[in-house]
Amino acid sequence: MSDKRGTLDDLVGELSSGMTIGIGGWGSRRKPMAAVRAILRSGLTDLTVVSYGGPDLGLLCAAGKVAKAVYGFVTLDSIATDPHFKVARQSGAIEAMEVDEGMFYLGLLAASQRLPFLPTRSGLGSDVMVVNPGLKTVRSPYEDGEELVAMPALRLDAAIVHVNRADAAGSGQILGPDPFFDELFLGAADRRFVTTERIVPTEELSSQGPIQTMCISRLLTDRVIETPGGAHFTACVPDYNRDEAFQREYVAAAGDPDAWAAFTERYLAVDEVGYQAAVTEATAARAAAKAAKEGA
Amino acid sequence: MSTTESTTTDADRAGVTRAEYCAIACADVFRGDGEVMASAFGTAPALGARLARLTFAPDLVLTDGDAALVDGAPPLGARPDSLVLESHMPYRRVFDVVWSGRRNLIMMASQIDRTGNQNISAIGDWARPAAQLVGVRGAPGNTVNHSTSYWVPNHSTRSFVEQVDVVSGVGYARAASAGASATRFHEIRMVVSNLGVFDFATPDKVMRLASLHPGVTVDDVVAATGFDLVLPDEIPATRQPTAQELDLLRTVLDPKGLRDKEVRS
Repeated sequence: MSDKRGTLDDLVGELSSGMTIGIGGWGSRRKPMAAVRAILRSGLTDLTVVSYGGPDLGLLCAAGKVAKAVYGFVTLDSIATDPHFKVARQSGAIEAMEVDEGMFYLGLLAASQRLPFLPTRSGLGSDVMVVNPGLKTVRSPYEDGEELVAMPALRLDAAIVHVNRADAAGSGQILGPDPFFDELFLGAADRRFVTTERIVPTEELSSQGPIQTMCISRLLTDRVIETPGGAHFTACVPDYNRDEAFQREYVAAAGDPDAWAAFTERYLAVDEVGYQAAVTEATAARAAAKAAKEGA
Repeated sequence: MSTTESTTTDADRAGVTRAEYCAIACADVFRGDGEVMASAFGTAPALGARLARLTFAPDLVLTDGDAALVDGAPPLGARPDSLVLESHMPYRRVFDVVWSGRRNLIMMASQIDRTGNQNISAIGDWARPAAQLVGVRGAPGNTVNHSTSYWVPNHSTRSFVEQVDVVSGVGYARAASAGASATRFHEIRMVVSNLGVFDFATPDKVMRLASLHPGVTVDDVVAATGFDLVLPDEIPATRQPTAQELDLLRTVLDPKGLRDKEVRS
């Protein structure tokens, strides 16, 4: 088997400005945030980002990396919306394609099956068909004659997903309860990146979880990158939950230019090792402050 | 003190909070549907689905809010390890359920209008909105695939508007103009707000005041609504909870009283 192991630098080097990039996960859950942070530090720009959106899209918008966003929602789950994404939309800084989240699924499925579109009832009658004038309907060739939305394939130049475990050949394992649509993001893409909490020998995958958790085959993977804590601050259960305190810090900082500059300097201007060290330090400081308050 | 048919006493009835009427109204949304997946957003809908499951809709299927279906009706905020899981329901499978129609949903609405369109996408012009909200999410697909109702805990002329800014959930007029494929499985069953219950049981499928929560007047509702509501000659009060329902709400499902924080009496 090929050894597909690589680094975040490899990932950035294999992307280019203007690409359409799919990002796996859902909202503020199991997002490939280490890869997003690597893109933030890079010279990449003018990206079309296709995502069940969370802070991945918010951070990329804040750094001016996004020309166009394709999404059904952008949410931080425990906080309804992402502040940077709101600003990007409200200032007109980005182009947007907003579709029903089921249409989005079918767009990825069509792309992964090399089909031009898939039919669906979803979208009919809604403003999704108005604000995306490129969307068309198709009539059933059978006697029912139903007129349905023809959701176009969402072809991706590259896709990045984050999983709990993987092997060096790129088989990925998702130990949390929901694999989301990661498999389809990879299937829809020309260049496929899997980041993982831990690379383990292939023979150890079975001991990590049942066969159903081994849901990303190496047929779907070009490169695998070990990034411990690589989904932080989003949830990556069972390895870790969402870092709610950090997410609140992210949202608070986004509301104030000086605070955002400080956040950027502390967490985003450093490499991934520096980021994880800064997070560890911030977590310890919060714990110390809490202990002091309770002791007082 | 006189007794009534049920074991609810007049004293209990006097003490029913507005939030409890809202929960009861939400429970009734799930009446008569049999074995469908209930999805409920907001505190009153979450309580309503659980109440229905424990009383008149025993076949209703509840979710854990993550990726599983659960047995029974766990209290609000139940610890994940206390739940009895009965099936795996990741998002990809949720769409199978949505598109099969075996679902009944109460969503929230930032705006809702006279013909039942709902907006959770953006306020203002979509191209460059005054406020970007969460996005259309699954609202377009939900509304043309299975029964959908709405919960609006802050009924005002800002939420009940003549025409929503971005049609996310599809109302009756828009479904009709989109054709037979859009209307085939479309139903906006109910709108529950902190003031009353509304439906579309009118010849031209526009919103009608179906019941008033006790303590609310027709004038209150009209003043808080940004369009002409249909007002029937007789407007009943939202039904009283039974003694069993009140007990379930207060001692089993929501002993901490989260419902009264979402809607104050």
